[in-house]
This record gives sequence, structure tokens and C-alpha cells, in this order.
Amino acid sequence: MTGGLLVLPVAGPLLLSGLLALVHHLRPHTTRLDRVVGPAAAGGVLVFAGFLLAATSDGSVPVLQLGGWQPGIAIVFAADTFSAVMLAVTSLLVLVSLPFAAALGEDEDPAFVPLVLVLMAGVSGAVLTADLFNLFVFIEVMLVPSYLLFAAGGGAERLASARLYVSISLMASTILLAGVGLVYGAAGTVNLGELAGAGAQSPAVGLAAAVVLLALCVKSAVVPLHGWLPQTYSRTGPAVAALFSGLLTKVGVYAVIRLYSVVYEGAPRYLWVVMAAALLTMVIGVLGAVGEHAMRPVLTFHMVSQIGYVFVGLALSTAAGLSATVFFLVQYVLVKTALLMCAGVVEHHYGTGDLDRLGGLARREPLLAGTFAVAALTLAGIPPLSGFVAKLGLASAAASAGQHLAVALVVGVSLLTLLSMVKLWNGVFWEPPAEEQGAVEQGVDGGAPAAVTSVLGSRVRPLVLAPPVFLAAAAVVLGLWAEPLLSISTAAGAGLADPSAWVAAVTGR
Amino acid sequence: MTAALVVGLLVAGGVFLLLRRGLLRIVLGFVLLGHAVNVLLVSAGGMQRRGAPLLGETEADVAADPLPQAFVLTAVVITFGITVYMLALARAGDPGATTGHPPARADASSPADGSDRDDPDRDDADRDDATADRGRRTDAPEGGTS
Repeated sequence: MTGGLLVLPVAGPLLLSGLLALVHHLRPHTTRLDRVVGPAAAGGVLVFAGFLLAATSDGSVPVLQLGGWQPGIAIVFAADTFSAVMLAVTSLLVLVSLPFAAALGEDEDPAFVPLVLVLMAGVSGAVLTADLFNLFVFIEVMLVPSYLLFAAGGGAERLASARLYVSISLMASTILLAGVGLVYGAAGTVNLGELAGAGAQSPAVGLAAAVVLLALCVKSAVVPLHGWLPQTYSRTGPAVAALFSGLLTKVGVYAVIRLYSVVYEGAPRYLWVVMAAALLTMVIGVLGAVGEHAMRPVLTFHMVSQIGYVFVGLALSTAAGLSATVFFLVQYVLVKTALLMCAGVVEHHYGTGDLDRLGGLARREPLLAGTFAVAALTLAGIPPLSGFVAKLGLASAAASAGQHLAVALVVGVSLLTLLSMVKLWNGVFWEPPAEEQGAVEQGVDGGAPAAVTSVLGSRVRPLVLAPPVFLAAAAVVLGLWAEPLLSISTAAGAGLADPSAWVAAVTGR
Repeated sequence: MTAALVVGLLVAGGVFLLLRRGLLRIVLGFVLLGHAVNVLLVSAGGMQRRGAPLLGETEADVAADPLPQAFVLTAVVITFGITVYMLALARAGDPGATTGHPPARADASSPADGSDRDDPDRDDADRDDATADRGRRTDAPEGGTS
């Protein structure tokens, strides 16, 4: 594959977004077109990512020096297996989330699909670029539509968390930009290929790049910079939350992994910082979830915890650890989106995610309950589902690197994850509805109905459940037939552990 | 040295404003921080060489580094857009005017919610940005998208 095509996943969605917005301007009320164009664009990027995976499977790195400038001056797009697999996962998520949003009626805002396309263009650009400043720009391209999507159609509460979300994101972006400026001042370049190893050799560049990493850690919600995530993602629209969980924080994670493995070349000197952050994130995230009592807050705290898992492999900085990280990241993105979609369906249909007010849905909604159960068990890492393969990979990589505390925490946090999932399962699906238990506490504030299941007659339409069912099925398939993804993640991990091929392609040397 | 002082002063002012109550102050704090980062970016290209970076017109050893200037240009545009959006959010979600209970005003501006000392202060800020056109409050996402 020639490198020139690498602009397609960025330019295509951007172009389509503009055209869609134009069509909406000329003739309003044409959501049907959106429902075709949006998934088609995502599907196109997914197919492209598939070709890219095939092209990078032999270790070659397609590269594009934008504008025909010389290597070292041009902004560079480069794709190795890690980029390709991230591109595939993110476009798959957009492809699945758009019909979900349509089914919940969240895409009625004429700007919805164009904004999602811009978001996707930003994500694609961020995983393909090999230039630090360009990374900042694409992260902004991704964030600006997310600000609008976040607040869309919201009441006072959603607008209030939108203000928190925008403030935190803008703060992180400002720090990121300052870090890019410091890197440029210290190293004289922002080309990641030229910066390879500079963070390990020169303390000044190392410190400057650490500022960039700090900002990216805010975006990926690493403890102690995680506080914003549970407060915001649980208050936006259900489909938007599912979309964001798969795309936004993951781009931060991608960038941290890429930067650490290239700029620091996985320098062992700083690995203890990464390991400490990873373990803290795992533990504090899962403990935070214990204290929550509604579906989405629990799930968003688990997002924090799972990001800790992703960073454990990075902190090992071995080929096995990085491969396990890539595998974990891919399967976790799919599963977490499935869970958030299940929570979104419950909230949308029954009006609340509060465990006290829900109950007995296992009998009413067997398909939803089954999907949730599969996804929840995957998240906890029960065999034979994909979460088990991923956690096994992480634990064995940590054990062979002699990080026994990490092994213990990987297993222990899994148990706590299971505990939370059982709590959700019991509260939402298993226990009889609240009024049958004679629970009267809810009646205190104005006689609100204690159990929502007793008032609503209709059930969730199966069509709404298609996206989460598909993602949960993917979790089962990736667990039982893990070999293809394992070989992809092994290739990606090897490319991250030894980025010389990527660096050589980017610098043109 | 001058650049370092300017950056330090701007960051200090920006952080001070960020820690105040009220979204308007936070927005102004971000404006100051954005300026600080822009000065930082320009100074990253070297403060000595200040000639116009034109091939054939300026000697290479006096020409300024054009790359940080391009960075700043990009960053200014992005910061400006987001600032406008944040102001729109401040108008759309003006608490008290629509709902009467501001759960996230406390979230957004200060963890110490309900500190009485700041209340008159905050009301002032609200009035400042809200008196002009209290009647035609627009929806923030719509305003931002078009």
C-alpha cells in the first residue's frame, strides 16, 4: 500500500462531514441521508484499516511526507500495526455507535452525524500522525466536536458537566501545547522520528516530553488525574457516552504508549513512575466503583480501572507486555462500549440507571440481560471470554518481568471488578423490582414510583440491542478464537518494543 | 529572560483566575494561559533572531524560526474557538436563571462548594455577563455548531 493513501481516513470523514452539513443547510430534515452516510464513512475507514493491517503485517511501515516536503521538515503520517489496529477499532466503534444513537433518537440533531465524522477524522489523524504538534491539532479536532456532542440536547445538569468537561479538556490541551513548545525549545524538532530516544538521552527533552505525557494522562484519566471522567461521562447522552468511552480516552492512551515507546525508547529509568500510576489507577478506579450506586457511574469508574490495566503492559516495556497491552486495549474498548450501551438502553427505556429503582429486568429483557452478563463477565476476565485472554497475557508478561505486585493486583482488581459487576447484575436484572421487596425509601421525595418496571408496559425493541449484542458477541469470539488478534497484537507489541522500523520510515533514513 | 517573566506572570494570573468561582473568570483564566503558552512557543524558536523568515531576503542567521509562529497561529485559532464555546456554555447553563439549583457550578469552578464568602462575588459575575440580554438565551450546542 502506498503511503499517499494515509490521508484518506482523515480527509474522507472531514469532507463528508462538510458535505452533510451543506446538505442540511440547503434542505433541512434529512436525517435519512445521515443514517446512510455516517456508517458508510465509518465502514470505509474500517475497510481501509483492514487493508492497512494486511499491509503492515510484514513489519513494513507505510509513510507519507505531507505536501511533498523533505523528511524531517514535512508533517509525517505513518502507520504501523499498532496504528492500524487502533484505526480499525475506533472506526468499528463509530460504525456500531451510529446505529445505536439512531435507535435511541440521539442523532435527531442535524449536526450529530457531521460532528461524529469530524470526531472520527480527529481520532484517525491522531493515531496516524508522527508529529507532536500535529498530534495536538488532531486531538483538538477530536475534542471540539466532542464538546458539542457532549452538551447536545442537554438539560441543566448536562450543561453543568459540559462546563466541567470543557474546562478540564482545555486545561489539558493548554498543558499539552506548552509541553510541545518545551519539546521544540529543548530538541529543536517536533517530529517523533527525530525525537526517538531523545527523552532517554537528554534530561531537558525528557522533562519537556513528560509535560506532554502529563497532559495526555489527564485525557486518558490516569489516577490522580481521573476525577473528571466519572463525573462527566455518566451525565451525557447514553450513545455519546458509549462513543466517547471508545474513542477519546483511548486516543490519550494510544498517544502515551506511542510517545513513551518512541521518545523514551521504553527507558527503564522512568518505568517505576508508569508502573505506580498504572497500579494506582487500577486500584483506585475499582474502589471508586464500589461506592457508586447507579449503572453508568459504576461503569465509568471501571473505565478508569481498566486504563490502569492498559498501562501495566506499558510499564513492563517488554515486547510481551506491550503485546498484552494492545490486546487488552482492543478487547476492552469493545466490551466497555457494549456495557455502556446496555446501561444506556436501560436508562433510555426505564428512565433511570439507579440500582434501587431497577430490578427484575432479567425476566423482562432476557436479551439485554444476556448481553450485559456476557460483557460484564468479559470485563471481569472470566474464561473463556476475551477479557480472560487479555488479563492472562498481562499477568504472564508481568510475572516474567518479575513484577509480582502487578500480577497480584491484576488478579485482585479482577475480583473487585467481578464484585461490582455482580452488584449491577443483582440490582438491575436479578433482584425482584423494588416494590415487591416493600422498599419504601424512594417514596420519601414526593411519591415517585419506587420501581420503574411496574409503570412501563413496552419492552426494549430488539433493534436497539443489536449494537451491544454485536459487541458482546465479538468479546466471545475474541476469547474463543483469539489467535488472529493475538498475532496482530504480538506484531504491534514488537513494533512498540523496538520502534526502529517506524522511526526509520518516519525520518526517511 | 523577558519572555520567561511574561510567561510566568501570565500563568500566575491565569491560574489565579481559574481557581475563582464563576465560569466567566475561568474563561478569562484560560485566555491568559493561552497567551502564556503562545509566548512560550514563540520563545521556543529562539528570542535572538527576529528577521522576517523569507528566503533570499533575510540572512539565515538572523531570520526568525517560522515553525513556532505557525504553531502559535494554529493554537490561537483553536483557543479562540473554544473560548467562544465556553462563553456560550456559560450563557446557556446560567444556573439559577433556569433551574434554581446549581449542582455543577460548584463542580466546574471550585471543589469547596457552598462557601458563603464567595457568594456575593459570584452573583456579581453572573450579573455582569447575564444582564445584557437575559431575554434571548440561546441553546449553546446549536450556536456552536452552525
